[in-house]
Amino acid sequence: MNNSTLKKFFSDNVREISLILVIIVISIFVQLRSGGNFFTPENIADLFTETAILAILAVGMMMVIITAGIDLSIGAIMALAGMIGTTILKGNQEINPVLIILISIVIGTLCGMINGALVSKLRILPIIATLGMMNVFRGLTYLVSKGSWVLQNDMSRAFLNVATGKVFGINNLVVMALVVYVIGYIFLNFIRTGRKIYAVGNSEESAQVSGIKTERILWLVYTIMGAIAGFAGILYVCKFGAAQGETAVGYEMNVIAASVLGGVSIAGGTGRVQGVLLGALLLGLLNNAMPLINISAFWQEAIRGLIILLSVMSNSLIQRNVEMKALRRRNI
Amino acid sequence: MAKQVIQADGTRIIENERAFSWKRFMFQWEWMLVLMLIIVNIINISSSSNYANFDNIMNAMRDFLDKAIVVFPMALVIVLGEIDISVASIMALSSVTMGMAYQAGVPMGLAIVIGLLVGTLCGFINGIILVKFPELSSMIVTLATQIIFRGIASILLETGSVGGFPDWFNSFGWGKVGSIPIILIFTIIEALFFVYLHFTKFGRRTYAMGNSVMVSKFSGIKTNKIKLIIFTMAGLLAAVAAVFLASKMGSVRPDVAKGYELDIIAMVVLGGVASSGGKGKILGCILSILVIGFLRYGLGLVNVTSQVIMIIVGTLLIVAVAITNLKSSFGQAKWVKNLSNNIKGVKAQR
Amino acid sequence: MNTKKILSICISAVLSMSLLAGCGGKTDSGSTSKSSTDKSSVTYAFVAKDVQNPYMKKVYEGFEKACGEIGVTALYKGPEAATPEKQIEIINQLVAQNVTGIAIAANDADALQPALKEAMNKGIKVVSLDSAVNAQSRQTHIQQADPEKIGRGLIQAAYDMVKGDGGIAVLSATAQATNQNLWIEWMQKEMKENPTKYAKTPLIKIAYGDDDPTKSTSETQALLTNSDVKVIIAPTTVGMLAAGKVLQDKKSTVLLTGLGLPSEMAPFIESGICPWMYLWNPVDIGYLTGYTIDALKKGDIKGVKGDSFKAGTLGDKAVTDAAGGGTEVMLGDPFKFDSKNIAEWKTVY
Repeated sequence: MNNSTLKKFFSDNVREISLILVIIVISIFVQLRSGGNFFTPENIADLFTETAILAILAVGMMMVIITAGIDLSIGAIMALAGMIGTTILKGNQEINPVLIILISIVIGTLCGMINGALVSKLRILPIIATLGMMNVFRGLTYLVSKGSWVLQNDMSRAFLNVATGKVFGINNLVVMALVVYVIGYIFLNFIRTGRKIYAVGNSEESAQVSGIKTERILWLVYTIMGAIAGFAGILYVCKFGAAQGETAVGYEMNVIAASVLGGVSIAGGTGRVQGVLLGALLLGLLNNAMPLINISAFWQEAIRGLIILLSVMSNSLIQRNVEMKALRRRNI
Repeated sequence: MAKQVIQADGTRIIENERAFSWKRFMFQWEWMLVLMLIIVNIINISSSSNYANFDNIMNAMRDFLDKAIVVFPMALVIVLGEIDISVASIMALSSVTMGMAYQAGVPMGLAIVIGLLVGTLCGFINGIILVKFPELSSMIVTLATQIIFRGIASILLETGSVGGFPDWFNSFGWGKVGSIPIILIFTIIEALFFVYLHFTKFGRRTYAMGNSVMVSKFSGIKTNKIKLIIFTMAGLLAAVAAVFLASKMGSVRPDVAKGYELDIIAMVVLGGVASSGGKGKILGCILSILVIGFLRYGLGLVNVTSQVIMIIVGTLLIVAVAITNLKSSFGQAKWVKNLSNNIKGVKAQR
Repeated sequence: MNTKKILSICISAVLSMSLLAGCGGKTDSGSTSKSSTDKSSVTYAFVAKDVQNPYMKKVYEGFEKACGEIGVTALYKGPEAATPEKQIEIINQLVAQNVTGIAIAANDADALQPALKEAMNKGIKVVSLDSAVNAQSRQTHIQQADPEKIGRGLIQAAYDMVKGDGGIAVLSATAQATNQNLWIEWMQKEMKENPTKYAKTPLIKIAYGDDDPTKSTSETQALLTNSDVKVIIAPTTVGMLAAGKVLQDKKSTVLLTGLGLPSEMAPFIESGICPWMYLWNPVDIGYLTGYTIDALKKGDIKGVKGDSFKAGTLGDKAVTDAAGGGTEVMLGDPFKFDSKNIAEWKTVY
């Protein structure tokens, strides 16, 4: 590879490379400070398992944010889908867990379709539509639960094993996350509909005028997000062995943070699957690493917020730098 | 007044707005809110004889007005086209610092001032970051500061709580002048202040910025200064709300006010302040606070679960936006469709 | 909007408000006051720590039963998350509804004082149960078992389980819950008074699961990253269940004890993760609470030391001094559940 290809590779992947560097630096730091407790197979496996659900959600959120939208209702969709799935399980312990997962995905998809209709057909701003629906879905979750939690003793062994089981020695959740990422990558980079999402995000009017049915694309991304949230929701309650009305409250913020860290711009139009994966990994790393080096639980929140802030600020500075250079090259 | 109208075939004309059109008046947001308020009251009065009791109403106001204090500055933030999801964390941090100052022996009055200063500082930090890094969206910045501020509150107080404030402090949250709660008096004064702001140059410039920051900047409006002031104000008033909350609870904890920011934003949006900036009035916010507040109070009296209330509030929000959108959406969609058809037609001809 | 429109909207809003005030003035003296001699309109309200908590629901079962026997209406309320803020709102709602009695399991000992005081000023009888409010906020407290016995008992159980050698961690509920803090205080006192005995079983950490199954699970996982922890004490039924699952999933050798519901913890006792644990009958507490409020309302007792009353099938109960001020009514002693008796009890509660 000659010099200019290398340079191009770097400038195209600045975001991802800087994320990998940050992850490596933190990992080394933690490994040293924790006396070698970090790079154990058990801990790394834990790290990936803990991050899997966040990562799955981040792919869906990425698509929504690329269209310059946002979805604040995913926490509530997760709870609703998880609650309905496990409530059905409660009464019928012999049901195949796969069926329960499918039911939850369907619930999530329905929720997503409603969100999509509100945003695309009724032209309601995404933040308002999803804020309102968040309340509705969350309220429905409580109603379905009839004021009780669904706890592990209500769930079948077969179901609980979904979150703890392994395929070829890798935890189920991690495998599912990888599959979702591969599908996401192919969809957004090679399938026409996926590419249209970027077009709509860049400029809705231009996209519409060039023949893309923007309404349908908008509706689609929210529906996909809903389906993913339903999927993630049932996995979440499976992992914790508990479905509560309060499940995943505020979780949407983590997902948004992971996406933004991964280079997705809130203004829409940009964002890559690789970046989002690394963003989710970084957040998961922070969650995993901090207890290992005995950082008091009280400091962890503040540090996490600080890292997110510094990360976006530094990205902004880098972006400015790049643009300055580009401007200078223009020889006005 | 002249108004631009885009007709169905794509041409634009300028026509004089008719002096008064009932149809347009009824579709005004604020009027719908008044209707909602009346409906809510009718439902409530008929479902419980305890509702229409002056004392009970005043007491209920004590419960929902602490969020109302932050609704007004948040409305300005949203008019600006920004958002601030860190207000609840600012509430937590400022009340925690107030508590810790008091615990360290500082006289209560001074402790309150310290809490207010901390809140103002937090708001200032939000504003300064947004001014220095204009590429960043307020969503992500305030998301990060939301985590940081509450995190600092946790570091300071860990899992403890500070209580034992002097008796007179309780009167903020619980006290009354005659039979009017103090918090209501404060909120009314605050609302009047914001209405006043609306008519000042500052207010007009904020709305201009909401419409287009770039245009405002090139028109000579000091956009950075206005942004900074508004975010700082939000921080200050969040701290004030925190004082009331601490007084109501008789103690401060790092995890107070969790989730408040979304309720506050819902109240602002229901009040007709469009998140796309440039529209919305304070009156709408007042009405929406009353609608949501009375709904909660009335339904709570007949033991309707708060979850059902959540569903109702969420639906109200969406229905309100949908109805007012419906009218304008038809015109625009048609225009763009026609334009794209024309272009396709041109292409086919070639 | 021009001035005319603003004005008209303001007026309608003001009119709407004055409609209320007008109604308020008229009905104030009339129909809003509920006659306390009318039995069916006498309501005793039960405010749980968290409306979904299974343990709280069991307590309410007993409360409802007592109210049924007495012939009054029982009401179950609680916040969706164990916070004192929401409990204050609920108390205010109950005061506005004019209930006759309030029994509350508090999320904070002091924060509810102004609200409860207002209730008592209106003539509403206030008692606390499970987790107490401070003495000024209540007339008396229903205590499930002696906190000293609970605290000391739990730490001794942990000591015995690790055979005197291993780190102890506590998975508590919310940080302000009165009963939790009281028990933890007694645990620490027991360790302080016997330094040589507990020399090799230090209290490594106290984690807070907030009585939330999800949070309790992640807190337990965080505790387990410290390899010195050999036994976990979870004095909360929610915490016990969550910790049990984590230990089971990780196939950990760490042991578990605490206060757990036999119906939930039976699998863990049978598998040996939890060699034994303690609790009391939650239904009985609710039952006792119902009768205590009723005795207060009838005037049989005033909530001072020396009072005594009959609590239905539980027999005679006396009001005694409570540590920390005020008075309390004691239910009994904590009960030990282990592999020998769990089969019998797991169907009871």
